[in-house]
Amino acid sequence: MVASRTQIGIIAGGLILFGLGLTLYKSISLGLPLLPEKYQDVWTVESKISFYPTDGPAEVSLSLPENDNGWVILNENFASSGFGFTVATTEDSRAALWTKQTVSDFTTVYYKTQVYDQDAVRTPQNLSEELADLPRLSDTQRKAFDLFVKQLREKSTSDTGFVVLLLQEFASGNNQDVEFILSDLHESRVNAIRYLLTFAGIPSHLLRGIQLEDGRRRQVLSTLLEAFIDGHWVALNPADASVGMPGNFYLWKRGDDAVLTVLGGEKSSLEFALVKNSVPIRTVVSMEQRSEEFALLDFSIYALPVEQQGIFKGLLLIPVAALVVVFMRVVVGLSTSGTFMPILIALALIQTTLLVGLAIFLVVVGAGLWIRSYLSHMNLLLVSRVASVVIVVILLMAAIAIVSYKLGIDQALTVTFFPTIILAWTIERMSILWEEEGGHEVFIQGGGSLLVAVLAYLVMSNRFIEHLTFNFPELLLTLLGVILLLGKYTGYRLSELYRFREMKKLA
Amino acid sequence: MIHLVSPKTLRSLGIVGMNQRNISFIGKNNQRKNYRLVDDKLLTKQIAIDKGGIPVPELYGVVSYLFEIESFLKKIRHRQSFVIKPVQGSGGKGILVVTGRDGDKYIKSSGARIDDSDIRHHITNTLAGLYSLGGRTDKAMVEGLIDFDPALKAYSYEGVPDIRVIVFQGVPLMAMMRCATHKSDGKANLHQGAVGVGLDIATGKSVCAVQNGVVVTEHPDTGAVLTTLQVPDWDKILELAASCNAMTGLGYIGADVVLDRQFGPMLLELNARPGLAIQVANQAGLRHRMVIAQAIVASTDDPAERISLAKQRFGALVAAATTTSFG
Ligand SMILES: Nc1ncnc2c1ncn2[C@@H]1O[C@H](COP(=O)(O)OP(=O)(O)O)[C@@H](O)[C@H]1O
Ligand SMILES: [Mg+2]
Repeated sequence: MVASRTQIGIIAGGLILFGLGLTLYKSISLGLPLLPEKYQDVWTVESKISFYPTDGPAEVSLSLPENDNGWVILNENFASSGFGFTVATTEDSRAALWTKQTVSDFTTVYYKTQVYDQDAVRTPQNLSEELADLPRLSDTQRKAFDLFVKQLREKSTSDTGFVVLLLQEFASGNNQDVEFILSDLHESRVNAIRYLLTFAGIPSHLLRGIQLEDGRRRQVLSTLLEAFIDGHWVALNPADASVGMPGNFYLWKRGDDAVLTVLGGEKSSLEFALVKNSVPIRTVVSMEQRSEEFALLDFSIYALPVEQQGIFKGLLLIPVAALVVVFMRVVVGLSTSGTFMPILIALALIQTTLLVGLAIFLVVVGAGLWIRSYLSHMNLLLVSRVASVVIVVILLMAAIAIVSYKLGIDQALTVTFFPTIILAWTIERMSILWEEEGGHEVFIQGGGSLLVAVLAYLVMSNRFIEHLTFNFPELLLTLLGVILLLGKYTGYRLSELYRFREMKKLA
Repeated sequence: MIHLVSPKTLRSLGIVGMNQRNISFIGKNNQRKNYRLVDDKLLTKQIAIDKGGIPVPELYGVVSYLFEIESFLKKIRHRQSFVIKPVQGSGGKGILVVTGRDGDKYIKSSGARIDDSDIRHHITNTLAGLYSLGGRTDKAMVEGLIDFDPALKAYSYEGVPDIRVIVFQGVPLMAMMRCATHKSDGKANLHQGAVGVGLDIATGKSVCAVQNGVVVTEHPDTGAVLTTLQVPDWDKILELAASCNAMTGLGYIGADVVLDRQFGPMLLELNARPGLAIQVANQAGLRHRMVIAQAIVASTDDPAERISLAKQRFGALVAAATTTSFG
């Protein structure tokens, strides 16, 4: 007995210390913040390339986003069913290459990446300041260019002033000269502006990128210009005549080369679906930058793809809820129906939000109990009774969803987040309890379960706790140690101070 | 205002809490592999007869499968009274006590009348595991109704009172009589509302009584004064209970004993996890008694000696002396 006590003590102590120690080490020497910090927007950019095949082998080449565009890539995924796939890396660019011998149908390949803005404007090195080639211009065109450039030069004192004026004239849409140049050139505005810049002796190239909008499905590439003005490279937006890189612009490609080339295909398109998530940034950054330095971090949860990270975020919280249950039962002495039912209810509450979830739970279980009490009069076998309850619960959930939708109460739609089996099982257990021990016991155990569930919910939805469990999963070992110790707790439960209240008279 | 008692007081009285019971009393003394001997009432009956030579209520039959229900109903048709219970039940759940017949109908202990279809329903539920530990499928057993000693008549309402004796290695630690009340629906289980009367280990006289954790002096339904209660055949009861440790290989158990008018003390069932309310009924803690009991166990191997030492040490006079020394 003593031996097993000390054994548990040693194991638990070891676990607790190991967990805390690793946490402290990570926080002190690796600089991971113990408290949740400023949140950073992480964008998920899903690129979808589709095309109709023509004869012969197909080859799709997509330039991948620039390395030095001021954004950090957290991870990348390529989906290419049936295609051969490689990433071709040259000194300063990367391209994804999908190849296949025969493609018979309309085909889509995907590239997905997760990025966040580093907030540091990084101007690329070694950009060529050579002037781009001008197309062959006719005499009238040359004259119109000359006239227009001279006109603007007269109104401005510097290259910057000239460029701003140029952009404004194009954006305003009512300048005669601009209209003439455009109609004569048969070119896009962006190209026309580029020709004029070149004509005026200002080097420039294209900037292709995505204007990020959360939830946007079929976004396409936007094209900006970058010009070398007064000794700096400056981004120009022809659409609104603004100067400088627009906010939330994810730069994909700097330079004039094509972003997407499809050989053996036609009517190709490149579209983007965009989603934004908030993630604590310092964590992300230090993980990202240090994962190569420290093998420890390389094996952290951040090594997983982001969807799996999301799942783990939820999973890692369950042990905390388990601790709440153990504590409430062993130290406080609440009785719950089933050990881990409160955790399951709490998980459902996270999806539904607290009050709505509780209301739905009470309504469904209450109505289910009532119906079950009727079923129990019919002398059914236990299994078919439970099965009937499951069906009734599903009908109830459907009814709640439909009625609330019609009434415009969207929140009640979250009823579907409650696992049917949990509801049915709760109803079954509660009604047996009711028959056997009376409503009083149902009240005690049901109330106990709900109370514990709410507490577990509050703990699980706490941002600080979520931050700790996610970034310091080793704390789970500490948790395990604490639970082991609680398993050896022989002291009184809080509820026993009431239960044995009559003993007070003796003392 | 909720009245609480401080942990310090409880500790000084030697009151054992749930956690301590589970870890230090049950976990330490009872091996898991022996649980099944007491969790399965048929096995308990079997070893009581075979190993202990202990009288138990007569077994009328066992229903293991649904198809046996009909033939079973035929078989009990000639019985005036019987008790149906789940083989692996606990806490008085699923116990159907039939005390008499009224034509085709059966009379329950409460006086209510039920018919074949009610019994069928009850057995169906029992087989499906509705009343059993962990909801596992179960068997239903049927045994003779205890015709209990009329000396105890006044103390129980519509049900058979039983005597719970907690024994440790052949040393009776504490005892209590449990009397059914109207609230407990004829069952003598405390948390269903039965009255628990703490009994002096030396004499079988009452020391105190509780219902729902509160001290009472009279039976709420019959009005019988509980303070003067004296359980007959006390020595036989202690002897019977004390022999159960060796019989089951479990060091710490609660024996439920009933007093039959004809056959005297009979073993109803055994519990490997006896409840703690017995401490309130006796106004005494189990831990102090456990310490003494361990000393008794160490001092002698003779069963009779252990019992007599327990009577000496746990008798009400001694207890009163220790209590006053606390006060
Ligand atoms: N054969 C019987 N005759 C009369 N009453 C009985 C009989 N068996 C059980 N009872 C009643 O039911 C109660 C509980 O029975 P018990 O066998 O101890 O089952 P449980 O394990 O549920 O406590 C007893 O205290 C007694 O009041
Ligand atoms: Mg019992």
